[in-house]
Amino acid sequence: MAMNSNTPKQTSHLKREILVRVIKAYLSDNFEENTRLIPYAMRPKNSDVPNYRCCIFKERAILRDRTIAGLGFSIEETDDSVLLSDLAVKAENRETPQDHPLTVLTTACKGCVPSRIYVTDLCQGCVARPCVNTCKFGAISIQNGKSVIDPEKCKNCGMCIQVCPYQAIQKIIVPCENACPVGAIAKDENGHAKIDFDKCISCGKCASACPFGAVHEKSQIIDVLKQIKHKRKNQKRVIAMVAPAMFGQLPCTPGQLKEAILKLGFDDVYEVAQGADITTKTEAHEFVERLENGEEFMTTSCCAGYNELVDKHIPEMQHFRSDTKTPMYYTAEIAKCENPGAITVFFSPCVAKKREALNNSNVDYVLNYEEIGAWMIALGIQVAECEESNFKTEASAEGRNYCITGGVAKAVQTLLPEEIPAHPVIIDGLTKQTVRDLKKYAKNGMCELGNLIEVMACTGGCLGGNSTVNAIKPAVKQVTNYVNESHSIKEQFEEQKN
Amino acid sequence: MEKQISVKVCLGTTCFVMGSSNLQELIETVPKKYGNKVDVAGVPCLGLCSIDWEFSKAPYVKVDDEIIKEATVEKVLKAIDEKLK
Ligand code: FES
Repeated sequence: MAMNSNTPKQTSHLKREILVRVIKAYLSDNFEENTRLIPYAMRPKNSDVPNYRCCIFKERAILRDRTIAGLGFSIEETDDSVLLSDLAVKAENRETPQDHPLTVLTTACKGCVPSRIYVTDLCQGCVARPCVNTCKFGAISIQNGKSVIDPEKCKNCGMCIQVCPYQAIQKIIVPCENACPVGAIAKDENGHAKIDFDKCISCGKCASACPFGAVHEKSQIIDVLKQIKHKRKNQKRVIAMVAPAMFGQLPCTPGQLKEAILKLGFDDVYEVAQGADITTKTEAHEFVERLENGEEFMTTSCCAGYNELVDKHIPEMQHFRSDTKTPMYYTAEIAKCENPGAITVFFSPCVAKKREALNNSNVDYVLNYEEIGAWMIALGIQVAECEESNFKTEASAEGRNYCITGGVAKAVQTLLPEEIPAHPVIIDGLTKQTVRDLKKYAKNGMCELGNLIEVMACTGGCLGGNSTVNAIKPAVKQVTNYVNESHSIKEQFEEQKN
Repeated sequence: MEKQISVKVCLGTTCFVMGSSNLQELIETVPKKYGNKVDVAGVPCLGLCSIDWEFSKAPYVKVDDEIIKEATVEKVLKAIDEKLK
């Protein structure tokens, strides 16, 4: 189930290396030139070419494209003739990040064949020929004693796969298409994966699934580095807002993490768990109100991927989704209020938050954990050697636990009155199947399994996000330790009541 | 008693981000597989990542005196097996 354990490791290594090099280039005395050199520095003359590429030139072309994403631009929309050095200048001068955060590197994408059904060598050319008989579209014929599928006629229904007594027929899958819960990515006529941004819910599952690392996030790292570099001149403080999942990402204590972030140049660090506490209180209140009004169920609303799913694909669900805002929303509101004029940067485990931030003027930028990690590498920060630094506002145990699947429902439950108990249903990751389930609940106006549905787009919750650094098991352990040393939200709640 | 093989998995920040996060499982699985023939531990920065541009070869694992670059679970297990031969 752990998303991270099946993240293709080699590709995340490459993506992170590019980020480190982009950051080092920015911090050097010649950003443009050093950016231009990235593909050459990574594959110098006479270096070995990985055996999955034809030649060093193609390999460098691909690294160039990856660098484009690192600079925050769309790979599809960038012309081949544009120099990386020019793009570096453009990145530095840009006022706002580009809108959709995902981009596909088509040159790396050629590697896999379009999804189709295929008769393998195991075909015995049997007399019964159940495949031929069962195909409603007449797509299968026998040639040279073996079954052959006519791709023109085949509708990918898969009936032949089920009836073959030798299990000789297989479906070749395209990992990104297979992982996308809403059918928003598919290969086009040229065999290149293409994202349909009208359908895309920004969950990032394609990015995790692609073994060629062809789906990239457009990074906002240059934008943030620029804010930090000019903060004195601009007289703008730069504030980090760290989502709960971050506390499971690096080998250090929460206090050391804060200190390490200050070393990057941020002026202050807020725990987004602080905003999660407001989400919990508001959502518990809302749940009670809804049930008293006779509603059958309510879903949570903190996951950005899920929110985009509802808005784009299950509008009937909007009514059942809680109106409570996300932890990022509340935290950003507090941070902007306490630091007028400051720049806020959200530290996110996933790409979906980049989309959410586009619609929230209190969140200026979003960086993911790979980008933060790369930044620490570029500056040579060893987190475990940092001093301890305390957070001004302590968040609750429940808020800090939001990033583990089930954590949100559990937090809301803590604050419910005894007369109105919740029966939580946990959707641990969006898949084609769970999307169908959610559609059913919305259509029927009820869910037979319970009344409080927590939806997490990623398996494992935020700790399974597409741009996390740590493997999920140790991340859960680390976050749980932090949760166990924190106070329950119940105590805060009782205090406020008195 | 035979000399133990020492396996040091670098859990410094550079190695961790570049992939030793995925090597933490070795700390549990290696003792199960090899018993006390192998001594495995996560260690702070081995100092290899800060030399020039060597961050790109992280994560590092040391098996006795041998340094494994761009370490993976498979590479480390293979190195242990070699030593035990
Ligand atoms: S972090 Fe592993 S050698 Fe420095």
